[in-house]
Amino acid sequence: MKITEFLKQNILYLDGGMGTLLQGAGLGVGERPEEWNLSHPDVIQSIHRAYYEAGSHVVNTNTFGANLLHFSKEELEPIIAAAVNNAKSARDAASGDHPKFIALDIGPTGRLLKPYGDLDFEDAVSIFAQTVRLGVKYGVDLVMIETMNDSYETKAALLAAKENCDLPVFVSNAYGEDGKLMTGASPEAMVAMLEGMGADAIGVNCSLGPKQLRGVIDRILAVSSLPVLLKPNAGLPQSKDGRTFYDVLPADFAAEVADAIQNGVRIAGGCCGTTPEYIRALTQKAKDVNPLPLSQKNITVVSSYTHAVTFGKEPILIGERINPTGKKRFKQALIENDVDYILREGLEQQAKGVHILDVNVGLPDVDEVEMLRRVSGELQAISDLPLQIDTSDPVAMEAALRRYNGKAMINSVNGKEESMRSIFPLVKKYGGLTVALTLDENGIPDTADGRVAIAKKILAVAAEYGIDKKDLIFDTLAMTVSADANAARVTLDALSRIRTELGCHTSLGVSNVSFGLPQRDVINGTFFAMALVGGLSAAIMNPYSAEMQKTYHAFRVLNGNDENCADYIVFAPTVAALAAQAPASTSGETGKEGTALQEAIISGRTVSAEEVTEKLLLAVSPMEIVQNEIIPALDRVGKGFEEKTVYLPQLLMSAEAAKAAFGKIKAVLSNQKTEQEQRIAIVIATVKGDIHDIGKNIVRLLLENYGFAVTDLGKDVSTAEIVDTVVRLQAPLVGLSALMTTTVPAMEETIAALRKKAPWCKVMVGGAVLNREYAERIGADRYCKDAMEAVRYAESL
Amino acid sequence: MNQNVQFFNAPALPPINDWEVFRYMGTKAVSEEMQALVLSCIDEARKCFGRRVCYREFDACVIQNTVALGFTNVISSSLAKNLEGCDRIILFAATLGLGIDRLIAKYSRLSPARALCLQALGTERIEALCHTFCCEMAKKYGRLKPRFSPGYGDLPLELQKDIFRALDCPNSIGLSLNQSLLMTPTKSVTAIVGIRR
Repeated sequence: MKITEFLKQNILYLDGGMGTLLQGAGLGVGERPEEWNLSHPDVIQSIHRAYYEAGSHVVNTNTFGANLLHFSKEELEPIIAAAVNNAKSARDAASGDHPKFIALDIGPTGRLLKPYGDLDFEDAVSIFAQTVRLGVKYGVDLVMIETMNDSYETKAALLAAKENCDLPVFVSNAYGEDGKLMTGASPEAMVAMLEGMGADAIGVNCSLGPKQLRGVIDRILAVSSLPVLLKPNAGLPQSKDGRTFYDVLPADFAAEVADAIQNGVRIAGGCCGTTPEYIRALTQKAKDVNPLPLSQKNITVVSSYTHAVTFGKEPILIGERINPTGKKRFKQALIENDVDYILREGLEQQAKGVHILDVNVGLPDVDEVEMLRRVSGELQAISDLPLQIDTSDPVAMEAALRRYNGKAMINSVNGKEESMRSIFPLVKKYGGLTVALTLDENGIPDTADGRVAIAKKILAVAAEYGIDKKDLIFDTLAMTVSADANAARVTLDALSRIRTELGCHTSLGVSNVSFGLPQRDVINGTFFAMALVGGLSAAIMNPYSAEMQKTYHAFRVLNGNDENCADYIVFAPTVAALAAQAPASTSGETGKEGTALQEAIISGRTVSAEEVTEKLLLAVSPMEIVQNEIIPALDRVGKGFEEKTVYLPQLLMSAEAAKAAFGKIKAVLSNQKTEQEQRIAIVIATVKGDIHDIGKNIVRLLLENYGFAVTDLGKDVSTAEIVDTVVRLQAPLVGLSALMTTTVPAMEETIAALRKKAPWCKVMVGGAVLNREYAERIGADRYCKDAMEAVRYAESL
Repeated sequence: MNQNVQFFNAPALPPINDWEVFRYMGTKAVSEEMQALVLSCIDEARKCFGRRVCYREFDACVIQNTVALGFTNVISSSLAKNLEGCDRIILFAATLGLGIDRLIAKYSRLSPARALCLQALGTERIEALCHTFCCEMAKKYGRLKPRFSPGYGDLPLELQKDIFRALDCPNSIGLSLNQSLLMTPTKSVTAIVGIRR
């Protein structure tokens, strides 16, 4: 019988602790348990057998850490082969006529993935893939991914399993007492991601005892449509007289877990500290409990690496501003590879209260595949909002979805055959909530009937791929009302019919409706209100729009979403501020403001530097402000730093205030189409293998302040990438940073390559482990002890 | 999880010492703006500090420059000196978790001044956590030697590998070691504390 068949009608019992028993059998400190598959097969077999005989349907092979990070390729295969064979021998020898399965056990690598750690996502996938392939080769019945405490690593392991076998895959995470994974994911976020990717069962193991895990288990049961797994420790480790023991005894353990089974858990066993005695007590205790049937929860949800966002309870706002369409400054940022500008756009929208960020970086001349992967990755490093990946290129879509940490929103599919055939396989593989546009080969129907018909067609094709309607969200396409008086009406009618007749969630790009009209905000706000009343679940919108914000907050109050009107009361005072946003004073005392700008920069007040610059710009030319105000202020701080009267924090705060002032000036310049005179191009990077970038970021900030065109390649950058960029830009200067002695060779190698391919280019280096002599030895032109020295050197060229 | 590893449930830590934060930021002159920066960083970071500590006790023995630590042996004259007069040690690992790293990463892209301040704040907090732990241990074991970490004196960073194995840091407290022997989350400490005979 297949395990998935058995699971439909029965409670499935797993095994208990392995490590505990191996330590009891004499496994030494620092000895690797997996090696015992070869050196002590008798011990391993007798443990497996004891579990089978205690009532376990499944035992995990002794392969928790059997992967390419801990073993060489030559070592790994015999270990996994022996592990599977030990389980098979135990199964053959064990008494009892219950079905017996063997799970390939996969634990975490012990290394943290990028961006916080140094293990690349794809490397993690290949590491797990090798273990999976070997497990399959030697004949396991299922894959058990367990004790994972990071959502991203969990995704890598599940992806590896899915790409390398057709066996059922169970996925279990280790939650802390705060009810989250170590890297922050909530149970709801994990369920969203793992269900989306096609796990066969999900759940919880290790960390805590059954009582402490109850809260997490109940939350998973509430949202999971898959069988739920519980494999707790025998309580918490206690120490007495130098001996460590776990504080929950078999009878209490069995009672707690049996109670969880009564509440819906379908797969149960034990983790650290549990023994065959615990499993026997559990199977006895729960033998009369009838398994609860599985129920489809029909939750429409997306997730980030921390939390899930659920549709339907109240309106969801999707920030539309990460998109180059009609935005000159944004296009410029894309062309200049200025990812920071894009990241800031994301954070500012988050501060305005959006729940999801739309990410669109498509532009001719920009490598969209690479840019989308990079921007969505970097956004996830600094913002915990779920992302809506917005591209018409399926290759870029896949690249971004594959590396997305969570369940993304996918923008979009439509009723065209080609669109559905290219997008739905990606949805099936990586999970995701897909925006479905009601248009097809014949265009956008001008009736509600026509749009509903396309929605039905999309639902039918999605079903062929095994994609449920809960994972589609329909956009009935807001058309410009100035071109067709009926446009808004048709959109709204189609929307409410899809919501009520088809029972699907809906989304609209609200702003399109007012195209071509004056005061577009007024129209958008009311259209948004009408759509919300008609059942709109989510809006792709401009969060800086006062009217949209007003409608959103008022709707939540009137719809009963805002308890005690608490959110509205916080929002209300900002409405007055929006209304009172009078044009800045034009009184021409620029002399005073000039001093004020210098002061703001010197004392590091970013906001006032911006405000004063705005005022100055009304009377003074941008370049004059730079020459007469910003540069002198920076020079004063820079000199102070060199003379040690100003310290690093103040230097940075001043540099940031100056940067803010430059931001205002840059906005004016890009409107005036005048080419800002820029000084030489400089490429900077932290070298391969090194992940420290604070120092490099400081250098970059100061160089930018002084008007240099800086291309920052980031950290852990390969020699080839640095050399290629220098050659492409014909850059006369490159700055390399390294913090660790272990990465200085990478710096030396980069310099050697630059000498060959870009002999014109000067190289300055810096970082904690370097000094002047060392820099000379590795062939650099100049060692800079701090950021000001880098500026001075660049100026001297 | 290794069942010999014990956990320390840290009580509330002492309040944040602003002057320590300024010191770690590397400034001797504190302006109003800087104070405002530190306050706003404290406000933002407050919820991001976890405090997880795991530890084990071992017998130890010093013979000239060689120290037998119970989980491995190491040659280090500075550790040998530190552990003079001890025959037991506490090996511990402590971390603030990834929350503060996330904040630092966010601002190192957007505001290096803020990133620097958060770095300093994280250092102040992990030191406070270690201090709290060692004080509690001193209540239990009597007088302790100052804690000693890989990288101090001639104690090799390589020892981190053995420490991570002995404490099972990744599974115990979510602490991992990268290929350059640096820890993530970055605001973390591993150390050996000698128990005086």
